[in-house]
Amino acid sequence: MKPIWYFVGLILLVIGGLIFLTGVYQLLNPPETKTVLSEIHPNVWWGIIMFLFGGFMFLKTRKETV
Amino acid sequence: MQSIGLTFIDWIIILIYFVFVLGIGWYLKRFTKSEEDFFLAGRKNSSWVAGLAFLSANLGALELLGMTGNTFKYGMYVAHFYWIGAIPAMVFLGIYMMPFYYSSKIKSIPGYLKLRFDEKTRVLNGIAFAIMTLLVSGINLYAMALVLHTFLGWDWNISMWASALTVMGYVTLSGLMSAIFTEIIQFFLIWFGLFLVSILGIIEIGSLDQILNRLPESMNTLWSTSSDPTQNGMLIHWAGIVLGLGFVLSFGYWTTDFLVVQRAFSAKNLRAARMTPLLASFFKMALPFIVILAGLIAIALSNDPNSGFKLLEDGGQVNYDSALPLLIARYYPSGLVGLGVTALLAGFMAGQAGNISAFNTVWTYDIYKSVLNKKASDSHLLWMGRVSTVVGVIISLGTAYWAKSFPSIMDYMQAIFSWVNAPLFATMLLGMFLWWITPNGAFWGLVVGMLSSFFMWLGVKFHWFNESIITMSSVQSDMAANFWRAWWAWVICFALTIVISLFTKKKPKAELVGLVKGLTEEKHDSHLPFVKRPEFVAIISIVILIVLNILFW
Repeated sequence: MKPIWYFVGLILLVIGGLIFLTGVYQLLNPPETKTVLSEIHPNVWWGIIMFLFGGFMFLKTRKETV
Repeated sequence: MQSIGLTFIDWIIILIYFVFVLGIGWYLKRFTKSEEDFFLAGRKNSSWVAGLAFLSANLGALELLGMTGNTFKYGMYVAHFYWIGAIPAMVFLGIYMMPFYYSSKIKSIPGYLKLRFDEKTRVLNGIAFAIMTLLVSGINLYAMALVLHTFLGWDWNISMWASALTVMGYVTLSGLMSAIFTEIIQFFLIWFGLFLVSILGIIEIGSLDQILNRLPESMNTLWSTSSDPTQNGMLIHWAGIVLGLGFVLSFGYWTTDFLVVQRAFSAKNLRAARMTPLLASFFKMALPFIVILAGLIAIALSNDPNSGFKLLEDGGQVNYDSALPLLIARYYPSGLVGLGVTALLAGFMAGQAGNISAFNTVWTYDIYKSVLNKKASDSHLLWMGRVSTVVGVIISLGTAYWAKSFPSIMDYMQAIFSWVNAPLFATMLLGMFLWWITPNGAFWGLVVGMLSSFFMWLGVKFHWFNESIITMSSVQSDMAANFWRAWWAWVICFALTIVISLFTKKKPKAELVGLVKGLTEEKHDSHLPFVKRPEFVAIISIVILIVLNILFW
């Protein structure tokens, strides 16, 4: 059986990647309605943090079984 | 009513979560072959897995919204729920109680009552716990639909049925194992989904100090205003916090509520089981940096007329639960909104799964096998576990519709805990530490303790007597009444159990070996170096607790 950390890594990797890509899209095509602090692009850097954290967990556990 | 707008990508993220948890349930089904796999996740989890699940089972979205809202209402005093109101009890469970629970190989808390006392005490607690769990499960479901309807504009019925059927799907497939897996995923989604609110709040306002400086003293300290109830937001004396919350309610919940303790039973060995609540205590202490900080940011923004931030109002009443969703709407752009909503949904569903997996275990072992079918085989019990999961979800849905037609039922949730858990803690404490406590003493002490808590609640609710008789204070506060009622119910159960035990038949000492301190050989982890023992981890946890309390005194 795959360890739980594999699944945690996978979902954070996928969702983090989607948030990052959305952030990059909004960086290039700024939306009309802006949120507070939108100028610091939280979806870009938070998406990267999630993607890297999830990716690390996923890669570290992808060959493990418990 | 304004709603949080969801874009296409937000919907995709929410959909990914639903597909993912159902997929995990399907994947784990092939590893769920025996009743021990289904009810105790095979007893093979590490302390980290069990510890995060232990914490997450308690971390429902209702708590996240409610505690952020309570912080807006009461100020930093709400942090007591996470610090003195949790950590000492979790440490006590790990160090003193877990060896008796885990080593006796019980499958549930009522199971311990059967071994230590007798069948009637087990069935009494089993029935009380099953009713409490289904009520809380249904009320949670209702609360979830309320939040989704209020803030996202979603349809009531679709919200309730979609999440209830998803939970039913994965818990029926693989029982506690899938509940634990989804609880841990929820833990990470909540941190990633909601901690960013606090970070962005600090960036907008400037610093943590500036946030605290914008609040009155009654709201921005933990203890300095607690000697006079009129001077703090919660209108409570420090003795009420220490005795009611820090001792009875906290110990009653964290050491006897099967919903959380069941996660420790899934650990692979005694050391992992003892470490479960100890590791969880560190994450519990960190949670105020999401919920309390978000509440304080909401107060600071509300006090600034230029911020444009204002809580929602329903019929002239401030909706405190709107604090967290409004902060999400304020700070989160597309994509992050989907993550924030998924974190709340995951919290609701994991809380629901926790209740249902605890219910199916107590129903199957402590009511069905104990009373209705004593000769049931293991495979029959596994089948019964799956059937009771389906039935439990259906009853929860019924309770949710009942709550919808009778909204004040929400107010009863805190009261329910003080009816069941507070007296049970007295029974457990006496039973585990004094060998001469008798089965009849425990049973009647528990019955009268539960009834007295219920009577005190009724008396205040219907004005039979003044609340100040219970709280010993001239100012009125629901929270203070909850704390003090729990304390008195515990005292009544504790005293009565001792008195009846003095005059009734004791169990032979030989039957209590392994169940009672003093009659049981205790050499847990003595072969390990001190820094690897649970006691060392417990000391670190308590030191951090003390530092946090001094820091925000």
